[in-house]
Amino acid sequence: MNIGVLVFPGSNCDHDAYHALKHIHGIDTSFIWHKESDLGNVDAIVIPGGFSYGDYLRSGAIARFSPVMNSVASFASKGGPVLGICNGFQILLEARLLPGTMMANEQLRFSCKFINLTCRTNRTPFTSSVPTETILHIPIAHGEGNYFADDDLVKQLEDRDQIVFSYCDAFGNITEVANPNGSTANIAGICNETGNVVGMMPHPERAVEKQLGSNHGRFLFDSIDQYLTHSI
Amino acid sequence: MPQLRHREPDITPELAREHGLTDDEFVKICDYLGRTPTFTELGVYSVMWSEHCSYKNSIAVLKTLPRTGPGLLVDAGEENAGLVDIGHGLACAFKIESHNHPSAVEPYQGAATGVGGIHRDIFTMGARPIASLNSLRFGSMSEPRVRYLLDGVVKGIADYGNSFGVPTVGGEIYFDKSYEGNPLVNAMSVGIVKQGETASAIAEGVGNPVLIVGASTGRDGIHGATFASEEISEASEAKRPSVQVGDPFTEKLLLEASLEALKTGAIVGIQDMGAAGISCSSSEMSAKSKTGMHIDLDKVPLRESDMSAYEILLSESQERMLIVAEKGREHEVMDVFAKWDLNAVVIGEVIDSGRVVYLRDGEVKADIPADSLVLGGGAPVYIRETAKPAYLEITGTTDLSPYIDVEDLQDTMLQLLKSPNIASKRWVYEQYDHMVRTNTVSGPGPSDAGVVRIKGTNKALAVATDCNGRYVYLNPRKGGQIAVAEAARNVVCAGGRPVAITNCLNFGNPYKPEVYWTFKEAVGGMGDACDMLQTPVTGGNVSFYNENPIGAIFPTPVIGMLGLIEDCEKHTTPAGFQSDGDEILYVGASRSGIDGSEYLAFIHGITAGDAPDMDLEFEKRLQKVVLEAIRDGMVASAHDLSDGGLAVALMEKAIFSDKGAQIRLDLPGQSATEQLFSEAQSGILLTVKPANLDALQLFLTEQEIPVHHLGTVGGDQLIIEEIAELPVSQLKDIYEWIIPEAVSQVQP
Repeated sequence: MNIGVLVFPGSNCDHDAYHALKHIHGIDTSFIWHKESDLGNVDAIVIPGGFSYGDYLRSGAIARFSPVMNSVASFASKGGPVLGICNGFQILLEARLLPGTMMANEQLRFSCKFINLTCRTNRTPFTSSVPTETILHIPIAHGEGNYFADDDLVKQLEDRDQIVFSYCDAFGNITEVANPNGSTANIAGICNETGNVVGMMPHPERAVEKQLGSNHGRFLFDSIDQYLTHSI
Repeated sequence: MPQLRHREPDITPELAREHGLTDDEFVKICDYLGRTPTFTELGVYSVMWSEHCSYKNSIAVLKTLPRTGPGLLVDAGEENAGLVDIGHGLACAFKIESHNHPSAVEPYQGAATGVGGIHRDIFTMGARPIASLNSLRFGSMSEPRVRYLLDGVVKGIADYGNSFGVPTVGGEIYFDKSYEGNPLVNAMSVGIVKQGETASAIAEGVGNPVLIVGASTGRDGIHGATFASEEISEASEAKRPSVQVGDPFTEKLLLEASLEALKTGAIVGIQDMGAAGISCSSSEMSAKSKTGMHIDLDKVPLRESDMSAYEILLSESQERMLIVAEKGREHEVMDVFAKWDLNAVVIGEVIDSGRVVYLRDGEVKADIPADSLVLGGGAPVYIRETAKPAYLEITGTTDLSPYIDVEDLQDTMLQLLKSPNIASKRWVYEQYDHMVRTNTVSGPGPSDAGVVRIKGTNKALAVATDCNGRYVYLNPRKGGQIAVAEAARNVVCAGGRPVAITNCLNFGNPYKPEVYWTFKEAVGGMGDACDMLQTPVTGGNVSFYNENPIGAIFPTPVIGMLGLIEDCEKHTTPAGFQSDGDEILYVGASRSGIDGSEYLAFIHGITAGDAPDMDLEFEKRLQKVVLEAIRDGMVASAHDLSDGGLAVALMEKAIFSDKGAQIRLDLPGQSATEQLFSEAQSGILLTVKPANLDALQLFLTEQEIPVHHLGTVGGDQLIIEEIAELPVSQLKDIYEWIIPEAVSQVQP
């Protein structure tokens, strides 16, 4: 089993994702430079957070043109599991591997804090063993995390079980107050129709050790670990 | 001024004066050169001999600070930043620096490039930055301009640091009228490097190629160093072009490329470009190695092709480095930078004449003895006249007795919580990514110091910035002592051993004898405390000319303290209450005197008295004993008493934990007002599990540290018998909403 972590110029959570996968979960992990067009022998891809190309244009808008993204698209089309975290989610949206678009936070400020999250589906390889009744305590850190979908898209996402994570309060209620950035319907993470491509704004790789405040992010990496163990 | 490239003005003493050089300095320059300088040379001297680069009015005083210690791997001022042994074959590089003047006229870029500049100082040593801190000062929040500055500075720090990918784990912000028009923006970076893998700013090996790497050179920031060496005035707005423009994305690439290029072993020396750009890096590297450099400015990648030698040499365009590579191996370096899509161009070579020679259009535009430009070489050194400020007579003799025993203490406590100096800074620190790199064990907010673990070891760094400018204003010597002592106490409360400091000395115009007196006294006080606490000074930065039309700012020597936590898992100690039933102890010096307190300033509008009481010998014992108790596992939480005294420390402990407490205030001798609001130093609130209470009390008593059992944690109210009954939720509401409410006021 081998998971690849993409590195774009400006990625800055690449080492954090690597640390979580390799050192905390003991999964073989390798970095993949954005200029590579060959993903090598990987079973899943993580697109980490950061500011690819400085995010001076729309976040992720330039990164999607990196050679590696063509390979990611074909990997995903064959059912390969892909997780985009924060900037990675933005890149997946720009690459049209996930539907919808990202806007600046409603309050127009960067926001870094722990938030509450509820997992809405176990059908993705990254959430198969996330307990849906548990309130996940996972940090966000973004300035452009205001996910936008129009009514038709929201309906599609709901009907096809594509909403993976929602911001919630401490009791699991999906309320306006619990929404940290103005995202449509409190959406924090979604997947594609087939469920193998997941994008989320919160940072599970920052929540894998209790010493740093929470280990709820481990549910996601445990999920992909089990998924790959059974599928390989 | 494109014509400059071909037509240069005549060199006169007037022109030198316009460049900020005195007549004596101009004569000295002619002596060094044996002739009148060219226009380009005059420009280079003017920035290199500016206060900002030469430390000409401060270096003699700075040399009185203790600068050696067992853990120091380089002496202060020897490299771009201090280097401290932290065990496991690792070293920590750390430094704090000001960006006050740029931030006063262009808060966003000023603050952003302050962050960028200080990180470059760290990674130019081969260290990877792992944490940032900052220390900010603004005028009164009721001023719209202040809210504009606060907003811009915070956003500048956030955008640069977040994109660069280094967590901002701590800092402090004070608001006081004295900083109106002249905010302080001090940024600190902390990095880690393997011992033996550090890089140096040297230019050894005659014939070795000199490369410029990173961003292209533009016209931004020309004379930034000179601008930083004069008072802010109404004309300062016109100096906006002196402010550099930051690009954190390029800085991130420069970081990765520099560290990767250093690994090739083909780099002999490397120095970042900050103030005075190419002039400074090339002359400092040359002077240090007693070599010289021959540089063809035509080869420098430019943003605007018609830039003159003068402009290229003085440009402070950000995200650039100067590298001396091993001859024949320069391509190994260039390949790494090419991978990261960055410039890396050979622009010259190391020569043995001791001179820096700069060519433009094939002509020599400047030919200067490198040593004559630099601090420690030919740059002037002055010891200025001093005079004890007259205001001290007034502040020192003000009668404080009407305020020392007042009624309505509960109301005063609630009022004090509304001081922006005390209220929560969540609005600020949530804009900073304080978690990236996944090492932040304690971030900003409910902790006395930022705690950053070091992966692969069981250790952590505890870091804090601290200075109470009001104390320094009221008693510069004692204020300087307190700044160091309190930063150390913060580190101890978090579970760390204070190891060394970096400092950023923010003062007014050094040519004013009163300002220079406070400068000397404050540095003397810092030295006293550093000696006593065995925390040597590893380096730092001086920022003079912090004045507005009304006068100088509070003298503000900001201390950046580095501490080491031996066992991160076991020793890291929170500030808030932990469990219901835990016992609360006050440990330390008597709570006497309201001098210089936030209570006097905010409630009564009075800045007067002496600085609070400080006994360095006792402070040292207190810190040692409390740290020992923490390491023995006897302490559940620890919180330093600072602004607002015991009252604020208790309220904060409650707010941080959503837990109340039952307190009986019976500290010996003083009025209840003093017990609650005195900012006398050397006081710590500890909580302890009931089972450890006797052992801890016995231990402290044996060590002759006064200890008082104040009460017990529990309930949802902070109850101080016969004084206050405060629901924690009410405290929290006030504490959290003061700053957001103030900043959301509509700008007129």
